[in-house]
Amino acid sequence: MRIESKIGMALGALMLIALYFMPFWTIDMSAPQYPEGIGMYIHIDDVTGHKRHDLQNINTLNHYIGMAEIHRDDFPEFDIMPWIIGFLIAFGLLAAAVGSMKLVITWIVLMVILGIVGLVDFYMWGHEYGHNLSPDAPIRVPGMSYQPPLIGCKQLLNINACSWPYTGSIFIGLSMLMASGVVYYEKFKIKKD
Amino acid sequence: MKEQKSKTLRGFLFGAGFVAIAAFLFTGCPSQQGMMDTREAAQKVYVAPGEHDEYYGFFSGGYSGQLSVWGLPSSRLLKVIPVFSQDPESGYGYSEETKPLFETSYGFIPWDDSHHPHISQTDGDADGRWIFINANNTPRIARIDLKTFETKEILELPNTGGNHASSFVTSNTEYVIGGTRFSIPYEADLDVPIDSYSDEFRGALSFVAVDQETGMMDLDFQIVVPPYNYDLGRAGKGPSADWVFFTTYNTEEAHTMLEVNASRYDKDFIAAVNWRKAAELVEQGHGRTVSAEYYHNYYEGNQGYAINDIKDQVTILDTREIDENFIYYLPTPKSPHGVDVDPTGEYIVGGGKLATVIPVHSFSRMLEAIDNNEVEEVIDGIPVLNYDATIAGEVENPGLGPLHTEFDGRGYAYTSVYISSEIVKWSLETFEVVDRIDAYYSIGHLMITGGDTKNPDARYMVGLTKTAKDRYLPTGPKQNHPAQLYDISGDRMELLLDFPTIGEPHYAQAIRADKIVDQVAQIYEMEENDHPDALLRIADNRVERDGNTVHVYMGSTRSHFRPDNIEGIRVGDTVYIHLTNLEQEWDVVHGIAVKGANNAEILVAPGQTKTLKWEPTRTGIYPFYCTAFCSALHQEMQGYIRVSAEDSDVELAWRTGTD
Repeated sequence: MRIESKIGMALGALMLIALYFMPFWTIDMSAPQYPEGIGMYIHIDDVTGHKRHDLQNINTLNHYIGMAEIHRDDFPEFDIMPWIIGFLIAFGLLAAAVGSMKLVITWIVLMVILGIVGLVDFYMWGHEYGHNLSPDAPIRVPGMSYQPPLIGCKQLLNINACSWPYTGSIFIGLSMLMASGVVYYEKFKIKKD
Repeated sequence: MKEQKSKTLRGFLFGAGFVAIAAFLFTGCPSQQGMMDTREAAQKVYVAPGEHDEYYGFFSGGYSGQLSVWGLPSSRLLKVIPVFSQDPESGYGYSEETKPLFETSYGFIPWDDSHHPHISQTDGDADGRWIFINANNTPRIARIDLKTFETKEILELPNTGGNHASSFVTSNTEYVIGGTRFSIPYEADLDVPIDSYSDEFRGALSFVAVDQETGMMDLDFQIVVPPYNYDLGRAGKGPSADWVFFTTYNTEEAHTMLEVNASRYDKDFIAAVNWRKAAELVEQGHGRTVSAEYYHNYYEGNQGYAINDIKDQVTILDTREIDENFIYYLPTPKSPHGVDVDPTGEYIVGGGKLATVIPVHSFSRMLEAIDNNEVEEVIDGIPVLNYDATIAGEVENPGLGPLHTEFDGRGYAYTSVYISSEIVKWSLETFEVVDRIDAYYSIGHLMITGGDTKNPDARYMVGLTKTAKDRYLPTGPKQNHPAQLYDISGDRMELLLDFPTIGEPHYAQAIRADKIVDQVAQIYEMEENDHPDALLRIADNRVERDGNTVHVYMGSTRSHFRPDNIEGIRVGDTVYIHLTNLEQEWDVVHGIAVKGANNAEILVAPGQTKTLKWEPTRTGIYPFYCTAFCSALHQEMQGYIRVSAEDSDVELAWRTGTD
């Protein structure tokens, strides 16, 4: 691997550091009584409200339809994810240092697999959260479940919920682009020359 | 019979002619209605649904004792802040937390008469930290926090009868002033004949220092002055920022039938007080400490029970005892009411309510007169300056009964005129009236947006009038007091709107909304809830008995109370229900009311703890419920308390749901 490819790969891996500082997913909700909006951010190690007390208020609202409360400690993912990202950064740096194309491609495959696993996990949580309703819920609408959308918007009773990647995901994307760019550069560009 | 009739007729004609001539002599040309095209006026006051007004207006509640908050120019009522009167609607003055605010050296006083709100200032401009307002009857000053729009502190003023010349602040809120409208004996509770007035009675001008961080008030000193009526006061600004000006009337020292006896002299005084020098004299030890009992009521933390700090002495500066001059009398025609200082700090306008002119004193000429010792006489150590030496001009034909003046910062002053029920606009350069407009009816104060500050915005003017008569749909013999909104951005004053208010607004204040809107709290942070009886975690809800006293530590969230079933209360118990609203969402308010409680409801804002005292006198089952429509299941937000006989052995117990 050329030196610029090594640098590119290293930068790509280091971009994942951003995930320790910003959320990578957001769920925005709007309702007539919430003109200012209410919502939550998902970080690799935490779930927080858009505003200071949003999470508490979401839990308050959700108890009416029997949804479980959301608490950070109920998600083992938040304890595992920082290590996984750390591993990916280290692996990426190693691939750059060694200059092995095999390692770079393995890294990209790992990223894709983990991304898919993450989305599946998110979907399964959403399904559980939206379907496992307390039988004592004050408001029960026959046939209604409250699974938030995996990606995109969905009307749930009075609330329009939207689920989108957030700033941290931009860095994941950039990171993937850098690594893919390195592969493209090394495999096709240089060979042609 | 016929002759009798014609005599009456002649009398009528003569009378009518006299009134017409008098009106012409005093007022010149009659006022214009000055209503602009209705559609144009409507557009100027129209604030579309969901949009916000440009200004907050704060109108004193007068005999309601409160302070009302308005959006201007739409003139929509935003809120009534309870200050000096109990408010069963919110539980203010009924909850254990707020009851101590009402304590005075005369005991618990449920009502007062609030006149002059004044927003704290920095460098002569309203800064929106706090707003102060006076209680006229039992002399006090209150401080309202403009983050929560709640009354946080009330300070009683001793040696004062009718705290009317209050609660105006100095340019940097160094002091809030108080003044005695009715002179009384200085010694507390002194039992003397009323006709010993000139010997035993004295006036008191109070200077209340304000802590710049917390806003906490402290009565720094009082100036003991001759026994006149000290009516209104205003701090100077810019070059005159170290001075405060008070109007006086009743320099005749009458104590009965003042209507006649206090209107004899051609001139009374404006008292010019160099407060900075007075404060220095106090600091240098020239003051004297006298005993006085007065209450200082405030909160020690963010929340909790207001406390009563009972003071027992006050520092006084008696003009008869101090050689240095720090106060001067400026002769001013005929029982002046308002005293207002223009934005440059140079002109001091007296509202000679019985005068035929508006006298305007010059601050710089006053300083010259002091330097040149142009003193006519000395009263109790106070030099009376020569009228011609201090006067800058007299505004002719101002109408009948000029009272208060505000300014537009473009060289014009606007004076409310009570008897001829109008506002006159006059030039600070020529001292000539340039415009006049009707008021509906009998105007007291007027207020221009920023019109008492160094930098008036001068967009709108509000006239605060005393009687509505036919202005609105009639509502019986006693109607609400009106206010009128005028556009003063052009050359002519133009009437935009006429609307009823609450109580009897005297003075008012306005501040550009963008100056304070970002500081307004949406909730009380539970993390900062330092109430000693707060329920910080809902799981800690409990009931505790201590002899005949029972404390209920209750929490509320949508849509239930914890606990909501309580047993073991006995007749003869005193029950304190400490309700914490654990919500942390803006405007989600819970309340509580208990059947048969000889008390008001209590409304509790998100993150707040409030205490309802209840003394059950009969056995039985007592429902209680949330009084604020908080949520979809608000109707379910209820509970029961079982009250047993005094000698019952029902165990104290509390439950919620399946607990």
